[in-house]
Amino acid sequence: MRVKQISVFLENKSGQLADVGAVLAENNMNLRALSIADTKDYGILRVIVPDADGALEVLRTAGYTCKITDVLAVEIDDSPGGMARVLAVLSDAGISVEYAYAFISHKAGYAHMILRVSELEKTVDALAKAQIRTLEMNELLGK
Amino acid sequence: MWYDKNVELYREDVNPMERYYQPEIECAPVEKIKEWQNEKLVRQVRHVYDNVAYYRKLMEEKGVTPDDIRSTDDLYKLPFLTKADLRDAYPYGLLAKPLSDCVRIQSTSGTTGKRVVAFYTQKDVDLWEDCCARAIVAAGGTNEDVCQVCYGYGLFTGGPGLHGGSHKVGCLTLPMSSGNTQRQIQFMLDLQSTILCCTPSYAVYIGETLREMGYSKEDIHLKAGIFGAEPWTQEMRRDIENSLGIKAYDIYGLTETSGPGVSFECSEQTGMHINEDHFFAEIIDPETGEVLPEGSKGELVFTSLDKEAFPLLRYRTRDICVLSRKKCSCGRTHIKMSKPMGRSDDMMIIRGVNVFPSQIETVLLKQGYTSNYQIVVDRVGSTDTFDVYVEVTEEQFADTVRELTLREEELSGAMKLMLGINPKVHLVQPKSIARSEGKAVRVVDKRKLHD
Ligand SMILES: [Zn+2]
Repeated sequence: MRVKQISVFLENKSGQLADVGAVLAENNMNLRALSIADTKDYGILRVIVPDADGALEVLRTAGYTCKITDVLAVEIDDSPGGMARVLAVLSDAGISVEYAYAFISHKAGYAHMILRVSELEKTVDALAKAQIRTLEMNELLGK
Repeated sequence: MWYDKNVELYREDVNPMERYYQPEIECAPVEKIKEWQNEKLVRQVRHVYDNVAYYRKLMEEKGVTPDDIRSTDDLYKLPFLTKADLRDAYPYGLLAKPLSDCVRIQSTSGTTGKRVVAFYTQKDVDLWEDCCARAIVAAGGTNEDVCQVCYGYGLFTGGPGLHGGSHKVGCLTLPMSSGNTQRQIQFMLDLQSTILCCTPSYAVYIGETLREMGYSKEDIHLKAGIFGAEPWTQEMRRDIENSLGIKAYDIYGLTETSGPGVSFECSEQTGMHINEDHFFAEIIDPETGEVLPEGSKGELVFTSLDKEAFPLLRYRTRDICVLSRKKCSCGRTHIKMSKPMGRSDDMMIIRGVNVFPSQIETVLLKQGYTSNYQIVVDRVGSTDTFDVYVEVTEEQFADTVRELTLREEELSGAMKLMLGINPKVHLVQPKSIARSEGKAVRVVDKRKLHD
């Protein structure tokens, strides 16, 4: 139901993203999904990897400020309106979305959407009622 | 010996729980201290007048002769010395002994041209080391202790001062100097250091590195730390005490007066006892030079009472603080000075407002950040820009821009409350702020480039 996502604080300087990528690669951490929120000064890198706890340790040791956040993974149709439909359900239920990003699924015709919401349980219920499937980590990883 | 070692009359004031390096001096009755001071001052003024042409000339300009100085009550008649005088007189102008009697120099870390060179006879070195020994014993040091000195060695007075003091106490002395933090920690673990002497910012750094190396305070044997040579706050004290599991003591001094140990903290931790058998302290109004009564806030001025080679009279430290003779629970009778509240050298005027870096630090530590920050002041057009860069901690890190922006605004708001003006706060990655392993680079004032 909940998926562990790693967020990393990065200064807005060239090469920062490449450096994090290198740290993860050196430790055989395969990136499943990635998104960046950035401002003029800094960015927040959000990644989903198979071993979140391991990646956290690796990044911490490399001197990064990072943390694990519980997010929701949702399966949506890989077609126009797929993401809008999920957001509409949440909006109707009065749930505010902090951020969302999507990527293509291993399964043809589907995409995955990652959501960070204020009320996790309530969101899961609302989505279930609308017959939208939330995914476990292993499904997300295509296992 | 100028004090009477056999006199037992001070015993009732001595705190039985407390240890002293020289109890007969440190716990002497105030009248006795005054007697010593008067006697030493009269002799010292004569010594300076006879041997330091530079100061003799200043006295002559003021119309004062050594005969006018009969006690410390007459001190106000003497001219001040400032850092500018030290520069003018560089290198030998304030020397009061032939070089053949001198055994050492120490120097400030100031940039070229602002350098101060102080000279020491063997007696001066002994006096200085005694002062440091008093500080170490006040922090609980005995000959059973392992004292790790990671102040810089060399021209800087920090290393040599505490090193000498540690020898006098009989501690096993680890002359580490600063830097190579992993090695510092390895020695700390292997040789079971019990007392740490370094700058407070380096103590913070050692705490961080210890954690990164996978150790905790339970793995080390430190019980006390003696920290000085840069301004630090109560919050920083708590930070260090928690991360290293020690009691953190403050020590004060400056190269011009000898080095660290001019004053030091005792168990009460409510100020630093000035070694006033060697250094006479005054508080003056920094504008008028007028001597202010005890308890007033003003600029600290020191007169060296018995140093031989480099005896500065009425030296203006630029440190703003308060003196107090309130009875101390430790049993020491020497006057106490507050931690300097600011240094006119550090004080910045930003948009017409006085800003001390220590104020910024207080806010940061209160809000759960570390003391790793940098203030950048610049000028755009005729307006000062004021930016504070703060290393983000894991506790304060949030994974949305909204929350991080809120954190920056909270910090900026808290700083405005403290200072009266609003800085722009920027969160940055840990360890990205330039810092040498000794002193943190806390202020970058780019306005000077435009002037
Ligand atoms: Zn005391």
